[in-house]
Order: sequence, then C-alpha cells, then structure tokens
Amino acid sequence: MLPLPAVVSIPLSQHLGAPASPVVAKGDKVKAGQLIAKGSGFISANIHSSVSGTVAKIDDMPDSSGYRKKSIVINVEGDDWDEGIDLGTELIRECHLSPQEITAKVNEKGIVGMGGATFPSHVKLMVPPGKKAEVLIINGVECEPYLTSDHRLMLEKADEMLVGTTIQMKALGVSKAIIGIENNKPDAIDHLQNKVKDYPGISVEALKVQYPQGGEKQLIKSLINREVPSGKLPIEVGAVVHNVGTAFAVYEAVQKNKPLVDRVVTVTGKNLKKPSNFMARIGTPVSALIEAAGGLPADTGKVVNGGPMMGKAISDLEVPVTKGTSGILIFPEREASRKEVLNCIRCARCLNVCPMGLEPYLLSVLADKKRFEDCEAERIMDCIECGSCLYICPSGRPLLDQIRVGKAQVGNLIRRRSQH
Amino acid sequence: MSLLTVSGSPHVHDSQSVSKIMYGVVYSLIPAMLVSFYFFGLAAILLTLTAVISCMAVEFVIQKYLIKGPVTVFDGSAIITGILLAFNVPANLPLWMVFIGSAVAIGMGKMTFGGLGKNPFNPALVGRVFLMISFPVHMTNYPTPTAFSTQLTDIVTGPTPLAIMKEGLQKGESVAEIIPQIPEYAQLLLGNMGGSMGEISAIALLLGGLYMAVRKIITWHIPVAYLGTVLVFTGIFWLIDPGYHFNPLYHLLSGGLMLGALYMATDMVTSPMSFWGMIIFGIGCGVLTVVIRMFGAYPEGVAFSILIMNAFVPLINRGIKPKRFGEEVKNG
Repeated sequence: MLPLPAVVSIPLSQHLGAPASPVVAKGDKVKAGQLIAKGSGFISANIHSSVSGTVAKIDDMPDSSGYRKKSIVINVEGDDWDEGIDLGTELIRECHLSPQEITAKVNEKGIVGMGGATFPSHVKLMVPPGKKAEVLIINGVECEPYLTSDHRLMLEKADEMLVGTTIQMKALGVSKAIIGIENNKPDAIDHLQNKVKDYPGISVEALKVQYPQGGEKQLIKSLINREVPSGKLPIEVGAVVHNVGTAFAVYEAVQKNKPLVDRVVTVTGKNLKKPSNFMARIGTPVSALIEAAGGLPADTGKVVNGGPMMGKAISDLEVPVTKGTSGILIFPEREASRKEVLNCIRCARCLNVCPMGLEPYLLSVLADKKRFEDCEAERIMDCIECGSCLYICPSGRPLLDQIRVGKAQVGNLIRRRSQH
Repeated sequence: MSLLTVSGSPHVHDSQSVSKIMYGVVYSLIPAMLVSFYFFGLAAILLTLTAVISCMAVEFVIQKYLIKGPVTVFDGSAIITGILLAFNVPANLPLWMVFIGSAVAIGMGKMTFGGLGKNPFNPALVGRVFLMISFPVHMTNYPTPTAFSTQLTDIVTGPTPLAIMKEGLQKGESVAEIIPQIPEYAQLLLGNMGGSMGEISAIALLLGGLYMAVRKIITWHIPVAYLGTVLVFTGIFWLIDPGYHFNPLYHLLSGGLMLGALYMATDMVTSPMSFWGMIIFGIGCGVLTVVIRMFGAYPEGVAFSILIMNAFVPLINRGIKPKRFGEEVKNG
C-alpha cells in the first residue's frame, strides 16, 4: 500500500481503442470509484476516479508515451469511496450473474488487460458470432523479466484470482481454464496447484522459462500447441487469454463492485534501496512510487515504464501510473545507452530468436529503404515487438526501431487500401 | 540529477558483441594452429604471422587512407582471415606470396564490398584461390610434416593423400595398391599428412569446431550437412565399387574438408540464415566437393565448392524462409 498522493492525473486514454470522454467538469467533487469518463465506442473503456476530491482541471498532461494527453487532474481530499463498493477482504465465491451480466459489469467497471497491452477485457469476453471459445488461458507467465507483480498477486490473492477465473469461464461458456506459470516461480505453482482443487475445470501448468512466452500467441502455443494464424485473434483457435491481474480485477468488479482504480506495480532497479511491489492508485505520479521504494539512486540514467524488453523510457517522473503500468524500472547511467552500431554480420541470431519466425535483419533493411510493400509481403505486421532481435544483435543494430517505423507505414498502406 | 535517457525498447542487451564472436573464432583456431606449428615448425609460425599482420595492415590502410572511415582492424575479423589464409596454403609458401594473398583476401574479398558483413565470398578462400591460380606450382608443393622443424628452405615436400589417390587412379592403379602409399586413419586424424598448413589435423579442427558450437558462434547445420553429404555421396560410390573408390573415411579425414566445413562454410557473413537454407548450403558444398574430387581436374574441391555455394546464398536467403509462426495451423 502506498500513501495517497496529493494530486492524481488520470489520462482518458489508458487502453487500446478510442479515448474515454469525461463526464465530470472542473470543480466537481468526486468519490473514489466514481465514473469520471465514459468509454466511447466498442473498443474503449470506462475510467473511474481513483481518489476522492475535487476535479482541478481537465487538460493535456504528460503521460508515459512522452506526449501530452487529455487527462483529468484531481486534488485529493480524504478517501471516500462511492456507495456500493465493497472494500472488505472476505472472499465471495458464488456468482449468480448471467454471462451477459458479467460482461456488462466488466465493461462498466473499466477493466482492461493488465499485462501491459490494456485491451478492454469485456471485448475479449464476448465471443464473436460463428466462433466458439473452448478454453480460457490465464497468463501467469509474467510478461517480462524483472517484473514480479503477477507473481506476488498469485501468491497473495490466489483465491480472488481463481474466483475471477471462474467468472470469466462462465462469461465465455467454457468449462476449462489453464493457468500457465513459468517454472522459475515454484512457490506460485505449488500454491495454485493446491488451491485449484476447489475450483473445478481450472488446472495449473508449469512452463519452461522462455521470453516472450507471456505473449498471447506464444502462450497459446506453449499450453495447447495451437498456432494463431497470421493476422487473426486467439479465438480463431478457440482460446481466450487473460492475465492473472485481469482475473483479479474481474473478481473485484463483479464480486465487490469495485472498478479498476488501482493495480500492482513492480518498482525495481539495481541500485534502488527498497525494490517493492506496490498497490498503487491509478494516476499516482511515478515519482511517488520511486520515493516509496527508497528514492531515485544518484546514478540513474534511465527510467522505464513497463518491462525491460517492451517498456517505454520516460523523460518526466511526474507521469502517472495507468491501468497498464506493470512496473517501473530504474537503470543506472552505464546501462542506459545502446551499444555502438556496427555492420550486420549476418549471424542470423535475430532470425533464430524471433518468436514469430520473421527475419528482423531483412525487415529492418526493407523499412530503412522505404520498401514498405516488401515489408508487408515479409509479414512485418506479425511482429509483436517483443524486442528479442534488438536484445540479441551483436552489432547493436536498431532492428526493432526500424521495424516499428515499417509497421506504422505498412499500417497506413493497409488503411489507405481499405478506404478505396 | 542529469537528464534521463529515452530510447526505444528493449532496454537490456545481450553481452555478446561482434568482436567477442570474432575472437571466439580466433581462440577456436588455436589447437589446429599448434598442431601445424608442431608439424611444420618455424615456417608455419612465420607464415601465420605474415598472413595475420598483412591482413590487418591492408585493412588498416584501406580504411584509414582510402575510405577514410572508422578503423575496425581490431574487431578480430581480419585476424581470422589471416589465420585461415595461412591455414589454406602450404607451410613453405614464400612470404611475399602470402602477402599478396592477404592483400587480395582483404582488399578484393572484403573491403571492395564495404567491409565486414558485406562480402559475398569468404575472403580467405578468395585469397587462396587467387594464389592457386597465380602460383600453381608453389601452391601444390606441400611440405611433408616433420616434428619441430626449424628449417625454412630445402624442405622435403610430397603430395597430399588426395593427390596420391587421384594420380594413382589416373595411372590405373587399384585402390588396394594405392592405400599403402597414404597415411593410416589415425595419422590422418592427428594431422601427420601432407597438405596446407592448417588443414592437416582433423581432430584439432573438430575440437575448435566444438568450442565454437558450445559458445554458440556456429550451429551444427552446415558442418553436419556438409560432412554428412560427403560421407553419403562417397559412401555410395564405395559400396558400388570398392575396388575403384576409396572408403568415405579417407575423404572425410584428408584434404581441406574439415577446415572448410567447420570454418569457411560456416562463415556467418557468407552462409544462409535460415535452418533449411543452411542445410541446403551444406548439401550443395558436399555434392560439389565430391564431384570435383572424383571427376574434376583438381584433387581437392573444398575451396571452389564453398565459393560457388557462397554465390548462391542471396538466392537461398530469398527463397528459403524460416517457418513463420501461424503458417500451418495445427489444431490438436
């Protein structure tokens, strides 16, 4: 638990899809858990106040992307919660809601994927017509190295997480759920293996440690040996994947009526005094978390929002924790910069590590030469941006950076084509 | 506090680097180098030093004064080219020829294309083939191994096992008559045979190859495909007519095959990238080597085979793609 900050800044776009539109105005009094912005459109999510207080302004504020995004800034006064929210800790196992009611609740409470991609969860719980969900996969892999927030959650909130899983199974109409955990967390595997005896249909599977196994498609492959076809969603192979953090958030939303206003955040770094996991309110400035973890070390060279492989380096420590903030990493100065860029020696390491079977060396050259049609033919859009190619490259070549540029351009090409 | 660095993910990197990989190859060449020094003595030491220094000097001069760009002489790649070139010529080759070979290897084989990583052909082999065509007499005059020789001139020379085999067959001798003239398997394995300076000891080369595989500098695909193809291809001929064809083990252990399969064919710059690409490349090298050895004019065909297959690498890379995720949908 983290002391409440004096001011929170809650961005209206914390999820994939359209930003939410505010339903409060400057000067309004809000309570914690109160709806302050409504999702607009199918792929979007509601946003609730994480604190009680007064809306100071609705303005463009810096967020972790480095851009200024429309946010609701609230001055914190006390800690009053909206009516109907159960803050008690006793476990409620029975859920009498129908699948539609569950999905509606998940939508209403603004639940999004907690692994980092922040895809609105209710969308994933609605199986598209013509498709059939067969199995729910719960991602306990901890998407990236260094992060431990999912690990702690599995140890400390196992029952809540499992009830959340059961609720999601009901919403999807599946009788089987598999929790995938890598075998570097034997305590979590043991703990959950004991617990799942009380939850019919749920099993725990130990997996070999392998990045990026936390990626949806890779996890499905590891657990049920099916490959999601290029450009398709997991439902194509009958699977729906949710993070353990999402399962916990679903439990809180459905059983406790609590919207997504806080999350577990790992704060860690080599020279940090007290690396910890915090339950932080959404909108809390990153600086407050670093302070609680012992303050910013003097030799800090880089601060990353997210994991070491996919996280974003931030330039401003006042940016807020959002629904997708899984961790804050502090890198010392000497680890902050990249290697010197040398010629590609065609060692094929990038190709061997690519989990999508792509050729990063080729894609980066094609993108650099602006041959975007060729990029598309070489399946650049399959890239999940896991960062493995840039991690492994002995020549320090900016493979992923160039591939990102290529992906953006190919995305434009595809959009333009569909307009004609 | 100073300003924070902002860069794209990932924020952590493997400790491997180009020069670590290159020096890894250099270390792996040490066993074979020591065997050569043992059998060919002082001449081999001088030859290796000349080749390495020449390669580095030529690269330095070109980078510094011709291209006027960054100088990367110490990244280890020029050292490898130097050692491999020395390994690929007779130990008693005049040193000025060694220098010419080095200049061609680095200048023509590597720097004309833009330096490390851009060359389509293995530089050491470019140097070797240039020398072979320019100085055919010197390049086929192989000294006979003698332990700890300090002699630099008047060295006893003799033909390589492959040359004995080829000439014998051409003279109409049978395999049974030729075999007593060539060293036994154990001697071939250790390196007690005539040949280029570094190609003689199969066991030392295998040791180096193993080291590179453990350090993940090379993968098994190309050497296994190459050696396997030679074994199977020559094996078939041997089974058909053992009176006219040699046991495949002679083919595996003699000549430059081990050196080529482990060091030159696996050169990451000039070999294919994908799993099946590497297998095809290895098989192609193997087939060409056997064809040249059995039906060609030269007794040995490793260098030509690898260079020819080098030329196919862009085509292989274009045609043979890694298995894409989600390509074939397995539902079960």
